[in-house]
Amino acid sequence: MTWISNNLDLIGGYLVSHLWLSIVPIVLGFFLALPIGWVAHRVPLVRGIVLSTSSVLYTIPSLAFFAVMPAFIGTDYLDPLNVVIALTVYAVAVMVRFVVDGFASVSPTVLDAATATGYGRAGLAFRVQLPLAGPVLLAGLRVVSVSTVSLVSVGALIGVDNLGRLFTVGLLTDNNAEIVTGLVLVVLVAVVFDALLVLGGRLLLPWSSGPRTARTGVR
Amino acid sequence: MIEYRSVGKTFPGGSRAVEGFDLTIASHSTTVFVGSSGCGKTTLLRMVNRMVEPTHGQVLIDDVDVATRNPVELRRSIGYVMQQSGLLPHRSVLDNVGTVLRLQGVGRAETRRRSLEVMETVGLDTVLADRYPHQLSGGQQQRVGVARALVTDPNILLMDEPFGAVDPIVRDELQAELLRLQRDLGKTIVFVTHDVDEAFLLGDQVVILAKGGQRAQVGSPADILASPADDFVRSFVGLDKGGRELHVETRDGVQVVVDGQGRAAGLLKG
Repeated sequence: MTWISNNLDLIGGYLVSHLWLSIVPIVLGFFLALPIGWVAHRVPLVRGIVLSTSSVLYTIPSLAFFAVMPAFIGTDYLDPLNVVIALTVYAVAVMVRFVVDGFASVSPTVLDAATATGYGRAGLAFRVQLPLAGPVLLAGLRVVSVSTVSLVSVGALIGVDNLGRLFTVGLLTDNNAEIVTGLVLVVLVAVVFDALLVLGGRLLLPWSSGPRTARTGVR
Repeated sequence: MIEYRSVGKTFPGGSRAVEGFDLTIASHSTTVFVGSSGCGKTTLLRMVNRMVEPTHGQVLIDDVDVATRNPVELRRSIGYVMQQSGLLPHRSVLDNVGTVLRLQGVGRAETRRRSLEVMETVGLDTVLADRYPHQLSGGQQQRVGVARALVTDPNILLMDEPFGAVDPIVRDELQAELLRLQRDLGKTIVFVTHDVDEAFLLGDQVVILAKGGQRAQVGSPADILASPADDFVRSFVGLDKGGRELHVETRDGVQVVVDGQGRAAGLLKG
């Protein structure tokens, strides 16, 4: 405990950078996967390529991926950008499947009815297909969020500061308090992110969870 | 007035749903396409709002070929009710009813007012306005579907087996409701069903379709019963099984109407 109170600044700094290193790939991954998944949903040929590429990408070990990043994008070996970009690639690889599944989950009957009612292409995409794919997109986002938060820790091995540092340094110095602190905080970050996503889902997709009264747009 | 001029539809892959189909549908009347599955009745219906494009011939609304109209605007101007209500699961009942008004750029307050009004017209309790479709019964969902189709007060209403998936009691109720609405509103209704009784109940003009969108017979229910065109029609409307050949027998001084198989069908009054 004294170790924690003596090192609050250090822990706080690691926590903040861990948050950033997680949030950026999650958000970027989601918004990149959305258009890719949309095209894959529409064009069967693209779907095949996207899905097989995404499964191959996800089999690359993260440490190796972090390490070879500089060769591709010309960054420094210790640049946090390596971690951010590699994790974004993972996020896209995971998320794109959920996007494809999400659009496929929309009932053809509903789409047919919406078209017959007079939705144009854009209206159909943004106001019918996207919201109806929402529950599956949310499920994907939760998976991406948890896996990204944990993968960030691996970045500590290539010298990027984050909560993972507490493991690596704690192991070297045989400091259990430090290791446990890192562990608890990483889990806590993952749990808080997940809770926020679930809460966001409740607000944005009120129709998908249990019987409750609608908040109508028309008042 | 809706007009089919030698309309044909060959789907990619070569199957012919409809061939050389001609028909005139008078305004403010109800025309029912009736036939077994695969007879092309839904295909014909969906040509009116360009959900299906004919490969031959033309479909005209008030002398204008629908092929020349913008499909999205055309669809917004025509009410469409389908079997599985086709409501948007993520929008409230009120939002579903007001869909087309919002698409047409009508303001929120005005949309709300007109949506509530049309909900009452079709016999929906306005306390349901804030529910989601999945919280409604099948019959209520169909009413919402009808309300959505009527909200812009369109001249034409297309109905594709709208009462096919609800239980018989609710179906009777909805049919009666539609007849009442039609008396008040006088829309041009094109209705698709596989149920002859429903066709005869609702239709001013009934179009009996054989395979491949062939017109087996077109006429009023009474005309068709009085002079069925051929054996197919006779059998399709049930004239061959005696269920529709009624005669009167007197029992205890009361005139009882009896069908061809001796089953009592009702009483003769007046």
